[in-house]
Amino acid sequence: MNEFDELMSALGTAGGDEAILADPETAHLVVVGNRIVSSRSLPGLEVEADETEGGVRLKIRLREGVHLTTPVHTCFGVVHREGAQQIEIEVVLERNSSARFIAHCLFPKAERVRHIMDAHIEIGEGASMGYQERHYHGPFGGIEVIPKAVVRIGSGGRYTSDFTLTDGRVGSLAIDYDVEAAEDAVVELTARVFGHGSDEIRIRERVVLDGENARGIIKTRIAVEDDAVAEVTGITEGNASGARGHVDCMEIIRDRAVAKAIPIVSVTHPQAKVTHEAAIGSVDKHQMETLMAHGLAPEEAVDVIVKGMLG
Amino acid sequence: MALLELRDIQYTVSGRNILAGLTLAVVAGEVHALLGTNGTGKSTLASLIMGCQGYSPDSGEIRFTGTLINDLKIHERAQLGISMAWQEPARFEGLRVRDYLTLGMVAERPESALRLVGLDPSRYLDRMVDRSLSGGERKRIELASILALRPKLAILDEPDSGIDLLSTDDIIRVLDHLRNGGSAVLLITHRDEIAAAADRASQICGGRIVCTGNAGQVTADFKSKKCISCDGEVCSDE
Repeated sequence: MNEFDELMSALGTAGGDEAILADPETAHLVVVGNRIVSSRSLPGLEVEADETEGGVRLKIRLREGVHLTTPVHTCFGVVHREGAQQIEIEVVLERNSSARFIAHCLFPKAERVRHIMDAHIEIGEGASMGYQERHYHGPFGGIEVIPKAVVRIGSGGRYTSDFTLTDGRVGSLAIDYDVEAAEDAVVELTARVFGHGSDEIRIRERVVLDGENARGIIKTRIAVEDDAVAEVTGITEGNASGARGHVDCMEIIRDRAVAKAIPIVSVTHPQAKVTHEAAIGSVDKHQMETLMAHGLAPEEAVDVIVKGMLG
Repeated sequence: MALLELRDIQYTVSGRNILAGLTLAVVAGEVHALLGTNGTGKSTLASLIMGCQGYSPDSGEIRFTGTLINDLKIHERAQLGISMAWQEPARFEGLRVRDYLTLGMVAERPESALRLVGLDPSRYLDRMVDRSLSGGERKRIELASILALRPKLAILDEPDSGIDLLSTDDIIRVLDHLRNGGSAVLLITHRDEIAAAADRASQICGGRIVCTGNAGQVTADFKSKKCISCDGEVCSDE
């Protein structure tokens, strides 16, 4: 089986559908290690992709007023037990354009793999970008994942991101996102991670609401078991009239796992408002008892609660 | 033989007798109302029957279909045919109503269970059982889950309490449906008109059942503060 086939096999295991890559109406890019093995663009979507020594460098631009009706699929991965991949991405959505991106990050055999993503995203006035990042790391936990993104949203723009790593081991994960929102811009950051074994999860997300009536929410859902550790830092700054922000963190721990939440809220304008809530603990007793009263065994009830929370 | 038998149940918390020799029988297929003022141990009794964590009688027997169930866990009791709708139902992030109503050994389709509690399935099946539901909607869905399960014994802890109150007719319709489907119901309620719709009722006072009989009569006595045990002294706190 060649590398592309191996990656597609992992995509199937992770719940993806290889058939999307054959769809002429869907843009895509597949990168294995530092090799671009498949790509398709669409009118209004410009993609420059260069192979580098350790990965790829991508420049993606969506032209003004272009609305992509199908998501752009990207597939990044390392199919060997050892390796490294560094993705450098610059994304520009010109004014009043919109697109959704789905990134499949696949490391099915990782025993000693490092994956770094460094993204710079500019979302123009009135533009909208949805970004889903779905990871599959296999069962060994020998992977280090470092996703870093700096996002600037123009007035009236919207950015939603949804990071999911709930199948297989996490390994070591260090998310670092910084988002600045101009007036009337909206930002929603969601991360869902399930850590096992000795996994380490560190998430730092910062939303700066600099524009009037900018709105932002950081939502984090973490479950950790065995000896896994998680530390979540959610930072929201409200710096303009009408800015509204919220940090919402929920972490469930089991066994010897340790979880920590650090919400940091800062307001520098009297008409801005930022709130936060964090809940960390074992599975809620009342939820457990309710499900058990339906006949579910304790482990089945935990499974329902954790799966629900992780979406 | 009674479906549920509680024999001489003693339950103490921090040296205070909550239940003091309580004895009660619920027969198959009956709706049995449990009446009592606040703090007399009605919800405690419900938790003891269901087997909730921390609720184990100090002494006495809980038998279901003749089997001693004192040491069974909640799910084991549920698998025997006991289920419960809590006064304050739990909420679940990411769990759809359709999935909640199909958990366990369900006997009724979620659509019909929702209709029976006055909710339109097309509007509710894909909603989450989370904070987006109002208190009243959540309570209706909890009742729908009991209807879907159709247990041998349904414990309904104050289905009429809380915001966005369920109407009397709605609750009586649920009781009728459960009874017609062969379920027995242990109903904890403060509303006379709902208690009166039961087949039998018992009054709890001082941690004991002080009278059991025709629901209409027991309800009327309770309403008029007649209590053969305390002569109104304990029961007069409501």
